[in-house]
Amino acid sequence: MSSPSIVINSPAAPPVIIEVKNVTRVFWDAREKSEKSVSALENVDLSVRKGEFVSLIGPSGCGKTTLLRLIAGLDAPQSGELLVEGEPVTGTSHERGYVFQQANLFPWETVEENIAFGLKARGVYEEYRGDVAEYIAMAGLKGFERSYPHQISGGMAQRASLARALINRPKALLLDEPMGALDSFTRMDLQEKLLELWQKFSATIILVTHDIDEAVYLSDRIVIMTPRPGRISEIIDADYPRPRSRSSARFVELRNKVLEKFHLAGAEAPVEYAI
Amino acid sequence: MRHETGGDVRGKKGFSPWPPLAILAFAFALGGNILIPPVRAINETPYRTLVGFIALYMAGRYGLSFFRPGVKAAVEFKARFFAAVGIALLAWDMLSTKAGIFPLPFFPGPVQIVEVARADWRELLRSTLYSLRLFAYGFASGTVLGVVTGILIGWSRQWNYWLFPVLKVCGIVPAVAWIPFGMAVFPSSFITGVFMIAICSWFPVALATTNGIASIQISYFEAARTLGADDRFILRHVAIPATAPSIFTGVSAATGLSFCTLIVSEMVGAEAGLGWYINWAKGWSAYSKVYAAIAVMALVFSAVLALLNFVRGKVLAWQSGLTNE
Ligand SMILES: Nc1ncnc2c1ncn2[C@@H]1O[C@H](COP(=O)(O)OP(=O)(O)OP(=O)(O)O)[C@@H](O)[C@H]1O
Ligand SMILES: [Mg+2]
Repeated sequence: MSSPSIVINSPAAPPVIIEVKNVTRVFWDAREKSEKSVSALENVDLSVRKGEFVSLIGPSGCGKTTLLRLIAGLDAPQSGELLVEGEPVTGTSHERGYVFQQANLFPWETVEENIAFGLKARGVYEEYRGDVAEYIAMAGLKGFERSYPHQISGGMAQRASLARALINRPKALLLDEPMGALDSFTRMDLQEKLLELWQKFSATIILVTHDIDEAVYLSDRIVIMTPRPGRISEIIDADYPRPRSRSSARFVELRNKVLEKFHLAGAEAPVEYAI
Repeated sequence: MRHETGGDVRGKKGFSPWPPLAILAFAFALGGNILIPPVRAINETPYRTLVGFIALYMAGRYGLSFFRPGVKAAVEFKARFFAAVGIALLAWDMLSTKAGIFPLPFFPGPVQIVEVARADWRELLRSTLYSLRLFAYGFASGTVLGVVTGILIGWSRQWNYWLFPVLKVCGIVPAVAWIPFGMAVFPSSFITGVFMIAICSWFPVALATTNGIASIQISYFEAARTLGADDRFILRHVAIPATAPSIFTGVSAATGLSFCTLIVSEMVGAEAGLGWYINWAKGWSAYSKVYAAIAVMALVFSAVLALLNFVRGKVLAWQSGLTNE
């Protein structure tokens, strides 16, 4: 907000919250003497406005997870700058919630303890303990408070994992294919839940996905990435009115547009799409 | 424990001849003892009481099994084994006390052992309590030290650099090799014993803890950090609980080693304890006492193991259903 480099198009537009400037991340082969390297991200630029829902989409290995981890502060770039609310990212923060591709719940804690983890870690459990039941209910996990993660289904675990990140009321929510491992019904259910939460908390969301339909249905903007080196090839505006329908003309049109960009970018979209 | 009821699914309905046969086997063991006189006069009442008590207990359980399906399954599963035990007791009794075929004093009969255990119960009890005290001090301090060492090595690069080589080199030396050192340095044999049991349990626990911490999925740490946890919180709420299964694996290994070290250290220079008792009894060629002490050891150590398993089950409750233990 305070950074002078941010260009605001119109006075009404919300401020930029996340800025990725010319970021490069190269991975070297960990084995000794190996000269091989992978350019996971090369000169990537992206700004996300407050309250925006942005999807990252692209074939496997194009650097989606890498980019998300950099924004989360779980990893650092070789060059370039990452700013959140104008401040450089130096590490993780509970204000940037992260949901992993695998639910990644702590197996030694019950669902309830998992969801309360952030509150306890930050030392605010006493203050907000009432929230725990609320977030359990919101995630549709009432009655499973005392279950351990291996006793609940994959979809329930993902919802618990989402609730665990949300209970900190993060300003930004970074979601790495949280629905990748789910069947299409559970997935649609979770998509609705996500939209509901996004509107309720006016959070900023960056969602990594393999699923073009999911991106078109949920996002304000769709960022298409290409691999080797990982780059942003296109950003598509998907700012059409909500609530949306998967059968509307606008949806189908946008979906075709995204698919077309994939082909232009030379990526094997349909293959990835099938995953 | 879990296998108790696992074997015989048939136990649900139908009649199994084994429980009555097991009771019968013990009745034979008792009857044989009563009918046939011993070669040398000896008080046979304690042995008869014991066998009779076991037979009565089995009969009671058998009676109960008609009303409780759980008991029925357990009773039927164990029955064949107990039948064999009854027969073995009878055979042993006949060959030793009754016919004198087994050479004395090295192979006494069950009658002699039970009688000696009864006659010398004060000394046996005292020895058992001494052993348990030594074990508790040594094992507890070794385990705590092992967990702390393992966490330091697994958690901090500095500690890892300085301590891990020490652990690897010192740990593989059998603890009993330190006996001369301990006896020279420590003021009493008790402290020497504590020291040896502590170092013999320290090594497996420390090693298992180190490996456990090293093999925790990084994603757990990452999740904790994105949720706002600092290092201290992560150590307490991620690293330690995630390592708990490994710690218990180390504790299991340490238990066996500690029993061994306990007895050896008591045999060398101690003034009490089951190891000392065995050595002392051997000095008098009282082999019945040696066997009585061994029997007590088997019972007491099994109880200690059962207690540790119980604690493990409680602490690792979150794992039940995840592993096939
Ligand atoms: N820790 C790492 N060490 C070495 N190489 C890595 C590492 N992380 C990622 N890479 C490489 O960087 C590239 C981008 O990886 P990334 O995980 O960001 O892809 P992705 O777009 O998330 O793929 P997917 O859709 O399959 O999850 C890949 O070629 C990968 O091999
Ligand atoms: Mg990925």
